[in-house]
Amino acid sequence: MASPSALKLKPNHLFWVKLIIHIAALAPLCWTYYQAFTDNLGGDPVTALLHFTGLGAFKLLILSLLITPLARVLKQGLLIRLRRLIGLYSFTYAFAHFASYILFDLQLDWSLLLSEIIKRPYITVGLIAWLILLALTLTSTKKAQRYLGKKWQSLHNWVYIAVILVSVHFLWSVKSAILEPLIYMLITTLLLLYRREKLKRLFKKSLNNTQKR
Amino acid sequence: MLIKIPKTSAAKENQITEESVYHRRRDIIKSMGFVGASSLLGSTSAQASFFGNDDKPFETRALDYAADAKQVSTKLTPEEKIITHNNFYEFGTGKSDPVENAQQFKVNPWRLSIEGLAEAPFSLDYDDLFKQFPLEERVYRLRCVEAWSMVVPWIGFSLGALIKKAKPLSSAKYVAFETLYDPKQMPGQKNRFAGGGIDYPYVEGLRIDEAVHPLTLLSVGLYGKTLPPQNGAPIRLVVPWKYGFKSIKSITRIRLTDKRPPTSWNRLAPNEYGFYANVNPTVDHPRWSQASERRISGASLFARNRIDTQMFNGYDEVAPLYDGMNLRKNF
Repeated sequence: MASPSALKLKPNHLFWVKLIIHIAALAPLCWTYYQAFTDNLGGDPVTALLHFTGLGAFKLLILSLLITPLARVLKQGLLIRLRRLIGLYSFTYAFAHFASYILFDLQLDWSLLLSEIIKRPYITVGLIAWLILLALTLTSTKKAQRYLGKKWQSLHNWVYIAVILVSVHFLWSVKSAILEPLIYMLITTLLLLYRREKLKRLFKKSLNNTQKR
Repeated sequence: MLIKIPKTSAAKENQITEESVYHRRRDIIKSMGFVGASSLLGSTSAQASFFGNDDKPFETRALDYAADAKQVSTKLTPEEKIITHNNFYEFGTGKSDPVENAQQFKVNPWRLSIEGLAEAPFSLDYDDLFKQFPLEERVYRLRCVEAWSMVVPWIGFSLGALIKKAKPLSSAKYVAFETLYDPKQMPGQKNRFAGGGIDYPYVEGLRIDEAVHPLTLLSVGLYGKTLPPQNGAPIRLVVPWKYGFKSIKSITRIRLTDKRPPTSWNRLAPNEYGFYANVNPTVDHPRWSQASERRISGASLFARNRIDTQMFNGYDEVAPLYDGMNLRKNF
């Protein structure tokens, strides 16, 4: 077995790892849309697109939350530098998911969109998660980080709420085959359990803040 | 003089595809060299074979039938869509699972029994399914509870003819249906998770007046040929004014009864799937609107194929069956 130091991620590796992430995230997305536009995505390409992009966004979100524990366990500090990129791709998929829903499923029926957001809790939950990911994406730049200062971290802690909402959105959306969403919910729970101390602190802090007001 | 009043759901003259065009369509495809069992299965099975699944696909055969004289009010959903986009949880919960998992399904020998409160119960074997009653084509809209729809040229005979033959007793008020139970052939029945949590065998039911309504069809084929297994071979129910899940597939037993029979989806989630399951744009599913539907047409992704859902899926002639009933309560 190679010694751990040989496997150590070095700064000059980052370029290649990032390139692989770009390809691994973009290629399936482009290919699936190409298949959909050429009507080669099964009987109903619309549903297939929604499932692919939705699940893709969730998988990438999970992956981005896996980075911190992985970096710690594997003692690979540099992994943290991949977190933003993976998070951004998670939103790219989420964006494609929402855009496909509006364009191809609802076909720009805005009143239907509005009534579905109001009437269907699982859509409401999904939209809130999407808005959180949008906010995180818009503030993902170094500039935004400097500008927001301390507030930046508290804003980006909302990712924990987003991942819970996404797992609920998935579970709630299926008709009866709940095994798959339950597996994702379990993974989400494990990721949050790993951060239980941090979450406890955040919870106490926000509780104190509300009492002070 | 014979005065005909066309039903509102009937096709208008100018919407009808000319018969010659409809019949030539297959010849055109054939002449282009596209026909062959594998091409009919389309991309899904092509992908399956890419990954080394060389099993021979299920073979359908041409049927003798009387063509639908009224033809269609809208364009037919392409055959490839109808046979690759299926809900048949016995073969998996994904839309393309059935076409991938059902190709080895054995439909011959088959036995369909008609029993229960009848003077003359009987059963049909595989060949009887196609010979006992004259076969006719019926072009029906199929509306899935998931808010998508298709237009399918079914071939079959009316359920009423079969029930009449069994001479039902006056005490028979309902008709119960059962799908084949064979976990060896149906992975969804073997494993609770693979089968979407449904208690198998799949069961369905109709009130007897719904069952003998002239629109209610027992289908043995589509697009001129016997049914592929993913669509419910060798024989399935088609109730065009109800959501698709009422149209039980691969039926082995039809039982006349005096009690309202349990139905699979109603047992699983009674607040979401009622016994009647009539297509009704004013009663939403808890998680989506039923006011409109997406017609699966084979058109491009940008096609405007979202259409308003019609009460009883447009088959207004069944409305008298529900006179005086609260269809919000009896959904």
